Amino acid sequence: MTNPSSQAELVRRSLKRRYRKERRFRFYGVAAISIALFSLVILFTDIISKGYTGFIKTTVTLEVHLDGELMYLNDASDPDQIAMADFQAPIIKALQGYFPQATSRADKRELSRMTGSYASNQVRDLLKENPDWLGSTRTIEFPAHDTVSVYVKHAGDPGYSIRLTEQQQRWTDELLSKGVIDTGFNDVFFSRGDSREPSNAGILGALIGSLLTMGVTLIIAFPVGVAAAVYLEEFAPSNRLTDFIEVNINNLAAVPSIIFGLLGLAVFIGLFGMPRSVPVVGGLVLALMTLPTIIISSRAAIKSVPPSIREAAEGIGASKMQVVLHHVLPLAMPGMLTGSIIGMAQALGETAPLLLIGMVAFIVEIPEGFFSSATVLPVQIFIWAGSAEQGFVELASAGIMVLLAFLITMNAFAIWLRKRLERRW
Amino acid sequence: MSVISDTISSSMNPTVMKETKMPESDSTKAKIERPADTVIEEGKTVGIPFSDDPKFKLRDVNVFYGETRAIKNISLDIARNEVIAFIGPSGCGKSTFLRCLNRMNDSIESCRIKGSLLLDGQNIYDSKRDVVELRARVGMVFQKPNPFPKSIYDNVAYGPRIHGLANRKSDLDDIVENSLRKAGLWNEVRDRLDAMATGMSGGQQQRLCIARAIAVSPEVVLMDEPCSALDPIATARIEELIAELSESYTIVIVTHSMQQAARVSNRTAYFHLGHLVEVNDTSKVFTTPEHELTESYITGRFG
Repeated sequence: MTNPSSQAELVRRSLKRRYRKERRFRFYGVAAISIALFSLVILFTDIISKGYTGFIKTTVTLEVHLDGELMYLNDASDPDQIAMADFQAPIIKALQGYFPQATSRADKRELSRMTGSYASNQVRDLLKENPDWLGSTRTIEFPAHDTVSVYVKHAGDPGYSIRLTEQQQRWTDELLSKGVIDTGFNDVFFSRGDSREPSNAGILGALIGSLLTMGVTLIIAFPVGVAAAVYLEEFAPSNRLTDFIEVNINNLAAVPSIIFGLLGLAVFIGLFGMPRSVPVVGGLVLALMTLPTIIISSRAAIKSVPPSIREAAEGIGASKMQVVLHHVLPLAMPGMLTGSIIGMAQALGETAPLLLIGMVAFIVEIPEGFFSSATVLPVQIFIWAGSAEQGFVELASAGIMVLLAFLITMNAFAIWLRKRLERRW
Repeated sequence: MSVISDTISSSMNPTVMKETKMPESDSTKAKIERPADTVIEEGKTVGIPFSDDPKFKLRDVNVFYGETRAIKNISLDIARNEVIAFIGPSGCGKSTFLRCLNRMNDSIESCRIKGSLLLDGQNIYDSKRDVVELRARVGMVFQKPNPFPKSIYDNVAYGPRIHGLANRKSDLDDIVENSLRKAGLWNEVRDRLDAMATGMSGGQQQRLCIARAIAVSPEVVLMDEPCSALDPIATARIEELIAELSESYTIVIVTHSMQQAARVSNRTAYFHLGHLVEVNDTSKVFTTPEHELTESYITGRFG
């Protein structure tokens, strides 16, 4: 037997224990979140510190005398001559203006590697467009060579100068102090497709490719997923076949994505003869991959619509169709959207299945439509990350930032849409 | 010792007989609840179950949930423009029986209904019968107020809209106003018809649900414990409303409150374990019940 005062004492003691437990529990939660945040900070610091230089371009601005003799060119409107001419020579000549003693063959080769390897093409294109420029002197801004660019961006870091000869390093320093070599916002990165030359490579092609692919995925996966969920949840008779379909959908959600790539290769490209590397096939494959996620989450959303609302509508005499369209779907829509966002975000970051259907190809042109060759952001990052040139490493990190920005924009839009729908209902 | 005579009427076919074996737990519960020496004879109802001018003519109604027989051979007439209250202890089948009247049990897959249920002489469960049309004629108000998460106006206008009762906006406005007036809600909400219905108080929501039900001008309104989630003031308001509505509608109300049944209904039906034990004029049921079980229930000995 316990008397009241000792019982109160017992409660007090157990209270202490309970509060201790509660504090400990709260600490676990805080610790878990801290670990997650910490990893996120490390991830972002790493990506941003490596990638911010990707948004900076290094340029070499030269007064180029477009000397016909030097280029073996006397008529710039003649395509045959344009094809044969040497457009590197005037650039080297212009650089020699700063370094008159660099005349040997080796020096010239080093000079030619101060500007990007597309510099001569740039001169050629300018002359093609303006044949009357032949013989005149023009100020032309060339992208710096990858090695020079990396050296400039990471000045003082010996790890980034090893690919430059000592002479080139000296030249670079001198040109920098004279303002010939300069840095600025990398507009090339946001306006071009891929290139063999880091200074000439851009993300726009992959960005458009991702946009088109996601468009196809959304257009197919969302309506099909929602329709399937509505049918399974509202209309399907509960029999073996329905159970079988249900089990299969749940299993499909766990199938590795590369399997969907194989399926796309075999069916869409092999059987239906669709072209390779196009957003339509990529979108179809990703839609198949996303469908189970959308179906499962949509079904959960439909299930969570309170039965009282269903009853209310039925009690007034709404037909099954009206109950679903007027009440269940609008109420389930936010949940369905959440599932679709998750599915789409997954699809946006997917690389493996797209490799199999050829979206890993080297594509310079910016895709013009659903049927033109394209690559997507994660694949582009994958390609760059595996490239030898140092310049591509920073581009890969910059690409990751663009991918994250794309993802955040997409999610923000979906969340905005969901909020709007929620307010209406 | 109590005796339960659950003999199944000979008219039933043998397959049904197999299905209707009473679960053991059910009969033990019955032993506890039922006073000694009481016999319910299946299909036999004391009082006045029939009427000369029935709106609903229900004969030998049996309802099964899978193996369980929830309603046992009930025969009852519901007269035109009467208010009939269904009372009885929990699980006695009164709600199930009510929901048969507009086929709300259709969505429950395991539920089967046998017997003849006629509304104005037409079979409710005829395979050719359109359930949508039936529910437009037999409206329903539920236990928990369940307004749609829409504006007050849209809630009331929903029924007329889907049934195409109003072609013009002004017609619809009239229907909404009239329904809200009949439900005694107009003065409270006339200035905020665009406000969300879910933001109203529980009593207002339930009156809105009644307005929504009568907006399609049904002939019958079924009410499944409409006041069980409301406070006494809101309840009183709804009861007044039922009295007003009884002039133009047939009302079937399920209630756990015997006072409520006594206040609002003309007739009262007492259900017990799926049997309809007694039906009579309300005053008769509450003053001089004929059946022993009814008397036990209304005097509060169980239930």
